[in-house]
Amino acid sequence: MIRLDNATKVYKRGARPALDSVSVEIERGDFVFLVGSSGSGKSTFLKLILREERPTGGDVYVAGRHLNKLSAWRVPHLRREIGAVFQDFRLLPNKTVYQNVAFALQVIGKSRHHIQSTVPEMLDLVGLSGKERRMPHELSGGEQQRVAIARAFVNHPPILLCDEPTGNLDPGTSVGIMRLLDRINRTGTTVLMATHDDEIVDQMRKRVIELRGGELVRDQDRGVYGLERV
Amino acid sequence: MRLRFIFGEVFNGLRRNTTMALSVVLVTFVSLMFVGAAALTQMQIDQLKDDWYGKVEISIFLCPESSRNEQCAEGPVTVAQEDDIRAVLEDGALQDLVQKVYYESREEAYEKFVANDDEGIWSSLTPEQMQPSFRVKLADPEQYQVVADATEGLPGVDVVRDQREIFSELFRFLNAATVIAAALAIVMLIAAMLLITTTIRLSALSRRRETQIMRMVGSSRSLIQMPFMLEGAVAATGGALLAIAGLFFGVRYMIDDWLKSSVTWVQYIGAQDVWNVAPWLLVIAVGLAAVASLVTLGRYTRA
Repeated sequence: MIRLDNATKVYKRGARPALDSVSVEIERGDFVFLVGSSGSGKSTFLKLILREERPTGGDVYVAGRHLNKLSAWRVPHLRREIGAVFQDFRLLPNKTVYQNVAFALQVIGKSRHHIQSTVPEMLDLVGLSGKERRMPHELSGGEQQRVAIARAFVNHPPILLCDEPTGNLDPGTSVGIMRLLDRINRTGTTVLMATHDDEIVDQMRKRVIELRGGELVRDQDRGVYGLERV
Repeated sequence: MRLRFIFGEVFNGLRRNTTMALSVVLVTFVSLMFVGAAALTQMQIDQLKDDWYGKVEISIFLCPESSRNEQCAEGPVTVAQEDDIRAVLEDGALQDLVQKVYYESREEAYEKFVANDDEGIWSSLTPEQMQPSFRVKLADPEQYQVVADATEGLPGVDVVRDQREIFSELFRFLNAATVIAAALAIVMLIAAMLLITTTIRLSALSRRRETQIMRMVGSSRSLIQMPFMLEGAVAATGGALLAIAGLFFGVRYMIDDWLKSSVTWVQYIGAQDVWNVAPWLLVIAVGLAAVASLVTLGRYTRA
């Protein structure tokens, strides 16, 4: 589903690479934590997969596409196969919960009929039934993140990228979000989650990929956040 | 769905950015007004040329009784000389250029002259003091110089006059007016373009969240950019429509209602000419917006 072959990214000529010859393969249906301190290359890793950046060396394959060779006008098609969730939710403040989720379908040209049947289903899945007409500012952080997840997943992409989805949430709320992500993963969706949240990683016992200084230092099944503490 | 989305976004963008949109409308309005005025002035010139050049003639004045012109030192024109001149005009190389030749004798010239002299100022003149002349109507009025060169200097010819000379000064004035209008139009069009660029930029910045999400969920580049392009195009088209209305009422009140009744001997342009210019103004407005969007959008809504 996602494969990096010696992927290297150097932003400025002569600078230390943000990602240094990383090779990783993530299968369909995997749940993977991407861990590492700030500046370890997590964001660059995600950006390469989203093709917001191109690798300066090596190859990146996502959903059967060789991203090095993907032309700019094909990029939107790639992004339709990747849902993305962020720490800061990125909801549209002037749209209701329903409209925020529907927006993602509108702008890829889905029919009104399709939107009307899919969005309520998705809000039900994330546990927000009955809050369709709320505005984002009327919701708690956890609820806002659920809206963001609903928006990312409403088109049923095979891949879900999460960049610190629990970074702004308290531990109790985070557990709820993780349950939701786990549930989405069980539908066969590949989930790749970058995080600093050691408790969650330790609890979930999923595959862990650790980056340090742009290099891959650990790729462990059923891993924990920091090896040294085990 | 997409169309509804696009037009909804355009409407929202214009509403959120009313002052900028309005300034684009006004600046395009003024600039296209100048463009239109320049075009209409040129049309007026063409109309006058068609109208007047069809009527004007070359007058070949022949030597009178007494003339200070050296060419006429040998006295008034003789019948033989007149025949020679007529032969040059009607049979020689000029045959194709000349449509018709009239001969105006001393007496005829005198009668015309007296008829126009209502107040009797020139009553002391006699027919003998008048100049006989050939009045030549040309097939192509632009070929004046050829005919003049061929006849000037023939024995018995005093002087050759082209009536076009009377108009050429007016045309020069109108052409200068066109150049000034066009120059102002260019300056204003540049201002309009910069304004549209700024408007699109502001609009794109204020909708950064939306475009960011659109990129993220994989909407096509054209769908992301279309609302911004249309916003500029709608505002510019609004300006063009105002300019067309302005020109229409300008022609209506300045020319139809005012000039036509006070200066009657001129053929004027009319509302129909405004309609001929109108599509071009719209094309310019949309083209302007398109160029401004292309310059701006690449940077603000990259894939």
